[in-house]
Amino acid sequence: MKSRHLLGLEGMSRREINLILDTAEKFKEILARPIRIVPTLRGVTVVNLFYEPSTRTRISFELAEKRLSAEVVNFSASISSARKGETLKDTVRNIEAMKTDMVVVRHQAAGVPYFLTQCLKSSIINAGDGAHEHPTQALLDLLTIREKHKKIKGLKVTIVGDIKFSRVARSNIWGFKIMGADVSLCGPSTLMPVEIEKMGVKVYSDLDRALEGADVVMVLRIQLERQKGGLVPSPREYTNKFGITRERLERLNENFTIMHPGPMNRGVEIMPDVADGPHSVILDQVTNGVAIRMAVLYLLSGGEGKVE
Amino acid sequence: MPRKKKSVVVLDAKTIQRALVRIAHEIVEKNKGAENMAIIGIQNRGAYLAERVAKLIEQIEGVEIPLGLMDITLYRDDVQTKLEQPLVQKTDILFDVVDKTIILVDDVLYTGRTVRAALDQIIDFGRPRSIQFAVLVDRGHRELPIRADYVGKNLPTAKDDRVKVKIKEVDGEDSVSVVRQ
Repeated sequence: MKSRHLLGLEGMSRREINLILDTAEKFKEILARPIRIVPTLRGVTVVNLFYEPSTRTRISFELAEKRLSAEVVNFSASISSARKGETLKDTVRNIEAMKTDMVVVRHQAAGVPYFLTQCLKSSIINAGDGAHEHPTQALLDLLTIREKHKKIKGLKVTIVGDIKFSRVARSNIWGFKIMGADVSLCGPSTLMPVEIEKMGVKVYSDLDRALEGADVVMVLRIQLERQKGGLVPSPREYTNKFGITRERLERLNENFTIMHPGPMNRGVEIMPDVADGPHSVILDQVTNGVAIRMAVLYLLSGGEGKVE
Repeated sequence: MPRKKKSVVVLDAKTIQRALVRIAHEIVEKNKGAENMAIIGIQNRGAYLAERVAKLIEQIEGVEIPLGLMDITLYRDDVQTKLEQPLVQKTDILFDVVDKTIILVDDVLYTGRTVRAALDQIIDFGRPRSIQFAVLVDRGHRELPIRADYVGKNLPTAKDDRVKVKIKEVDGEDSVSVVRQ
């Protein structure tokens, strides 16, 4: 791995991504054993620094760390001295002073992971920063698709939903494009970033056209608060125009796959029979998430190379 | 003038095959048969040697021996100090190790750290009846109190010698050479 940190997929090479995916596959075997623990990161202290709520990502990272025998510290901003006004920089330096080695960080401000690489000695893993990137999510999405379709290059991927505020969308656009897939976006124009075509993607506001011939449909959560901001007229109108229903999926290739990073608004952006149907890999994504995070922690945990 | 590195072949294909046949017979002799036995090869060349040993024992005893392969990378004692993490390879142990006589197989025994890692990993799978270790080449210089039960060849080496093992399935030929510095 080129860097000590994982801040995003932008600028990663296909070789590096393949290394992470291949390593994650080996870690999946461990998750199938009766004793799902290996001693690899014994003595390594990892801090899960979460300034935003999370279910999947947070539990997934914690399990990945514990299954590598690392020591785990969980930080939730809502019950910390951040409420007394302690700054991010002070918080992390105080924690590092307790001899921690790696930090997994989720924060509402984009660029926080990079900021931490400048003020800490630890390895930093980005678990989601604002609308910027969520690299481990995109990596687990890539692994899931590679398992299902045996390849990524040449696949037609359509991402549907609120692209503007989605770090999952951005990391996936980088990831799928680096691996040679064809990426299209679809959503209300109020939630589509200006000039996003410059990332090399096609943009549609008509869902049927966007789904034409797609191999993979990635459904993003529509944040219902956007309705209050006037960006979406009503959840029902969103569902009418962009909701993924079984009827809409009839235009896809036979072997299509439905993905969703979670959490889902059942009945809004995705219908329950689709989410729970045979083409859905939503739960596989979650299983793969632990393996991917174990792989990332393992690959970033190298040292100075002194001992031989 | 810098001395040119000299590579000497110490085991050729025939010698290797004879050693494996002898090891297979020794395993059967010491364990009075092949009951409750399983073979685990250490990735990656050890895994191919393990397969050969398993087939030889099957020919001798007429029973099928469960075969597994194991990658010990995650159990290494230098995981956090290496600059580049080594590639993790496949581990496939599809049988229950509990109460079995496990024959661990590898190509070279040197410091003993690989075997230590392998022992820890097997025991994490369950409690075997016993673990015995068969190795093609023992080159000395142990750093841990580890020994082999079955040895193909004892090969005295200097610490800075390099022992190169080639296996037909991986390298196209069977040979063991020593590169003297």
